[in-house]
Amino acid sequence: MPEPDQSSGSKTETVARTLLVALLVSLVCSSFVASAAVLLQPRQAANAVLDVRRNILRVAGLYGGGDVDELYGSIEPRIIELETGAYVQGVDPEAFDPIEAAKDSAQGVEVPAEIDVARIGRRAKLARVYLVRGDAGIDRIILPVSGYGLWSTMYGFLALEADGNTIADITFYEHGETPGLGDFVGKPAWQARWHEKRLFDESGRLQIQVAKGHVSPDDPMADYRVDGVSGATLTGNGVTNLLEYWLGDHGYGPYLQRIREEGGGT
Amino acid sequence: MSSAAKRALLDPVVDSNPVTLHVLGICSALAVTTSLLPSLYMCLALTVVAASANAAVSTIRHVLPSSIRIIVQMTIIASLVIVVDESLKAFAFETSRELSVFVGLIITNCIVLGRTEGFASKNPVGLSFLDGLGNGLGYSVILILVASTRELLGAGTLLGYTIFPKIADGGWYNPNGMMLLPPSAFFVIGLIIWAVRSWKAEQVEKPEFRIHEVHRTEAL
Repeated sequence: MPEPDQSSGSKTETVARTLLVALLVSLVCSSFVASAAVLLQPRQAANAVLDVRRNILRVAGLYGGGDVDELYGSIEPRIIELETGAYVQGVDPEAFDPIEAAKDSAQGVEVPAEIDVARIGRRAKLARVYLVRGDAGIDRIILPVSGYGLWSTMYGFLALEADGNTIADITFYEHGETPGLGDFVGKPAWQARWHEKRLFDESGRLQIQVAKGHVSPDDPMADYRVDGVSGATLTGNGVTNLLEYWLGDHGYGPYLQRIREEGGGT
Repeated sequence: MSSAAKRALLDPVVDSNPVTLHVLGICSALAVTTSLLPSLYMCLALTVVAASANAAVSTIRHVLPSSIRIIVQMTIIASLVIVVDESLKAFAFETSRELSVFVGLIITNCIVLGRTEGFASKNPVGLSFLDGLGNGLGYSVILILVASTRELLGAGTLLGYTIFPKIADGGWYNPNGMMLLPPSAFFVIGLIIWAVRSWKAEQVEKPEFRIHEVHRTEAL
């Protein structure tokens, strides 16, 4: 400290004084940060809800400017029971919170370790799917998916065509993957490569995977492979794993089975 | 405005620019300058943090024990950065997502700590505030230059508006994809530093040593 004179300079250097200053600085800074966080929280929560809706609209193929809430009104959220794949009546789709339900002992279920490739741990027994209706019945089916990448749980939506097998679009709206590498999962350029890819082969086996590197169009499996990003293999594997879990028998498998048999139904 | 105040505010813009003269803050200058809009938010965030951190540190400079001064400065900077980051999430959600970790990384931006330790801990509050503002502006000038160059040449747009119509959209401009990759920021910053030092020759550093050819007999 160059400025204060010698007497006050020595006074500021005692242990008690040092501790006092440290304590006061911490108190002021923490109350500053805490009050900002509390005051801004409602706006942030509203933004997060809006962002989820925007992502749903994007994979629904309906997003192109315009009022998000109004466009979102044309999408039909439905609750399904994952085990049977049947629609459930009597649960408000907007009020349903899959993350809270997963934690609850009655509403959630443990994912068996041997099939928990996406490292989910627990999931809710029910799930909320979104139906997009066109002139000729159901146009797209939007399934929420989540799973672990390299650093974080990635949350996204997978939109399927009415056949329950062709991918219309995919998006990840929340993840904590490496900026500049693994964050490709959130980028539209990569998400666009999923268009028209297929989930199941003729024998009904799930084949969709994020490949290592570029997928050649001549590859016999090209319909089931999406370009990966070198340097971010584990994030790509995370996407493959979460699709393997969510499209499998413990995930949306029974529901997709019904879609294929009944063509979407009610 | 007194001449000291004017110097504190305006010197860092060109004459002692933190990026071109001190070559600080390069990390974020590389990362966020692919397009202009996130760069503008980044400039705003850094300027707010640098000015307020300088003012806060200067306010408590007489009571701050020197044994803990760096950690106290870091605490103040970190708190300000968290508040700025939270505000961006509340008021500029899309851009804050694009900036991801880089707003948080302002905490480790050498410009901010450099000014609190080097200037604010020895100078009065008003002057320190102006110094922080000036350094934020100096950083902003470079960031905006780099981001405009990169977005214009890399995508043919500025702030998302088409300036050079791309061939793909029926125009005449073939975008230079390299401009969207991190190394191009180095080239652009390098060119800016070259230009500034040609204009202001006093900024050129004296070489620390010269390579001179040693004759074989001399080496023995």
